[in-house]
Amino acid sequence: MPAVQETIERVRRIDVDQYKYGFVTDIESDKAPKGLSEDIVRFISAKKTEPEWMLTWRLEAYRRWLTMREPTWARVDYPKINYQDYYYYSAPKRKALASLDEVDPEILATYAKLGIPLREQEALAGVVRPEGERRVAVDAVFDSVSVATTFQAELKKAGVIFMPISEALRQHPDLVKKYLGTVVPTSDNFFATLNSAVFSDGSFVYVPPGVRCPMELSTYFRINEKNTGQFERTLIIADKGSYVSYLEGCTAPMRDENQLHAAVVELVALDDAEIKYSTVQNWYPGDAAGKGGVYNFVTKRGDCRGPRSKISWTQVETGSAITWKYPSCILRGDGSRGEFYSIAISNGHQQVDSGTKMVHLGRDTSSRIISKGIAAGHSNNTYRGLVSAHRKASNARNFTNCDSLLIGDKCGAHTVPYIEAKNASATFEHEATTSKISDDQLFYCLQRGLSAEEAVALIVNGFVRDVLQQLPMEFMAETQKLIGISLEGSVG
Amino acid sequence: MLEIKNLHVNVEGREILRGLDLILPQGEVHAIMGPNGSGKSTLAYVLAGKEEYEVTAGTVIWKGEDLLAMDPSDRAASGVFLAFQYPMEIPGVATMTFLRTAVNTVRKARGETELSTPDFLRFVREKAKLLKIDPEMLKRPLNVGFSGGEKKRNEILQMALLEPALCVLDETDSGLDIDAVRIVAEGVNALRTPDRAMLVITHYQRLLNYIVPDRVHVLSDGRVARSGGPELALELEESGYAEFEAA
Repeated sequence: MPAVQETIERVRRIDVDQYKYGFVTDIESDKAPKGLSEDIVRFISAKKTEPEWMLTWRLEAYRRWLTMREPTWARVDYPKINYQDYYYYSAPKRKALASLDEVDPEILATYAKLGIPLREQEALAGVVRPEGERRVAVDAVFDSVSVATTFQAELKKAGVIFMPISEALRQHPDLVKKYLGTVVPTSDNFFATLNSAVFSDGSFVYVPPGVRCPMELSTYFRINEKNTGQFERTLIIADKGSYVSYLEGCTAPMRDENQLHAAVVELVALDDAEIKYSTVQNWYPGDAAGKGGVYNFVTKRGDCRGPRSKISWTQVETGSAITWKYPSCILRGDGSRGEFYSIAISNGHQQVDSGTKMVHLGRDTSSRIISKGIAAGHSNNTYRGLVSAHRKASNARNFTNCDSLLIGDKCGAHTVPYIEAKNASATFEHEATTSKISDDQLFYCLQRGLSAEEAVALIVNGFVRDVLQQLPMEFMAETQKLIGISLEGSVG
Repeated sequence: MLEIKNLHVNVEGREILRGLDLILPQGEVHAIMGPNGSGKSTLAYVLAGKEEYEVTAGTVIWKGEDLLAMDPSDRAASGVFLAFQYPMEIPGVATMTFLRTAVNTVRKARGETELSTPDFLRFVREKAKLLKIDPEMLKRPLNVGFSGGEKKRNEILQMALLEPALCVLDETDSGLDIDAVRIVAEGVNALRTPDRAMLVITHYQRLLNYIVPDRVHVLSDGRVARSGGPELALELEESGYAEFEAA
């Protein structure tokens, strides 16, 4: 590929030391004291040199948050969170490691199983090569930078804006102001309101009318994945007739030690536009005894604002100690369509309460929900979903299929579907099954030479196949392996 | 090759095998016959290592090793293959995917190289043709919605692909019409080699018209009650199992 080669040449001419220095400076300067107050909110906004209206927006959210109560309706159980005991602003501050020898061997074993190249392993684990060996690290940087730069050029040519939201606030303030908080308002819920006050960064995507984003934004992300911090804010706008596919997360285990995560993702699809949003989440689930692990309280919502628009969520959730997450679609435009495909795996002492909301507002809107929950170990896995048709939503259609698979006899699977139809012409279908991997199925696989773990991985991959097929191609194989890894130790 | 001595096996607290002795030399095909409840299927499951089958006494020596001490998957790697009477369904897993996983896992365990995708496909197509298996069937989820005949042919296909040293066929003819029995039997006969032993478990003599055994053993009440040549099967066809029914 000559384009890539050209970029590599160009990057080679950049002063690498300067690049590296800039990175280090960032790390050192980005810190705020513990706790949450108006001053901290001002500090964050100032750090980002945000416009005045953004600060006002944050402060309003903060004041609102002070009056709100943490929700308790989910089937999850955790000690009370002291919100003054967290850092609300700190850049990725991992301990610099000299080589992969210093990395937890368990993580390395996982990388090997996933088939991740050595260079990428070093980058993910945060290895910084010492002075004498800089060549190696530099090469690794080259690999990422060159590809990333090529992608950026291609995106620019298509008119696609893809940058950190903090950057977008400076370069495209009008676009951000027009759409931010229009899908998930600052007053939406406890965690979303907290996020609105203190969000650190996230992605901003704008696809202009009629443009089909020339690449899966996942391809780019895969290379640039960094520790994105506790309070991510993502805003994606697909203008009329455009299409974009976005994948967040990474199949390699990012041992994120931040305990509390409260992200917000807003999607806006205008007339005839389509957004496909995929997530692979495998944060630290806690140890075998259920200690530690990430609390993941996320608000994700898409607004099918224009007629015939379409938003599709695909999620693979294997990590976190607690997951509280309901990616939803507001089907406002006539003829719009929402989809939710989910694989949620819980093992050990993980607790998952996840599902979706499909809110049918426009005429001839349709939605489809395919949820596959797999519970192993001592975990609890709940599907919670709402499908509603409002008065004007004539001919609304929904098909829901919730399947649960149990492995062992100490876990739980729960399904809590809410269905509300205020328009008599709505057609809602709901199917649900709960099954267990049978000893006979396992034995059949063992007799053919598979180990117990390989057998479980194979059976589970079969169980989730409909959803796996929704993932971008290049992630399917890795996700299949990831499923096997997250279920290790669940049998025998 | 396979030597079973004084084997006692309990299933859910009930003694099913009560001192079974059997020697199966390399390259031979032995038929196990007997009335319902005589322990035929129990013997098959015990050899494959199913957990609920508790061995209370006796030994099974396989290629000079203690078979009973091995895990089910290690037994498979060492060449023990069981063609199930009721093959399990695994939804969502394409038959081809399952076959490839099994073949490569076993090859790896035996220290052989894994087959590349084209090599594997060629290998499967060749064996499937012999068993008159439609390649379309291999795209469907494993055994899901398969007819009785398709399931049994799929078992023999796996047997051909995994190249076992000991084949245990548990009532492979049950539920099959005569044409299907013939196809399955041809598949089995194609696998008869001087270095492979087979244990063909069947209730009816019919299958043995097509797979002619070297020896026939009649099981009764958890033991081998009588052994003989292929003519014993014909004799049973005449007289039935009346003399072997548990007293």
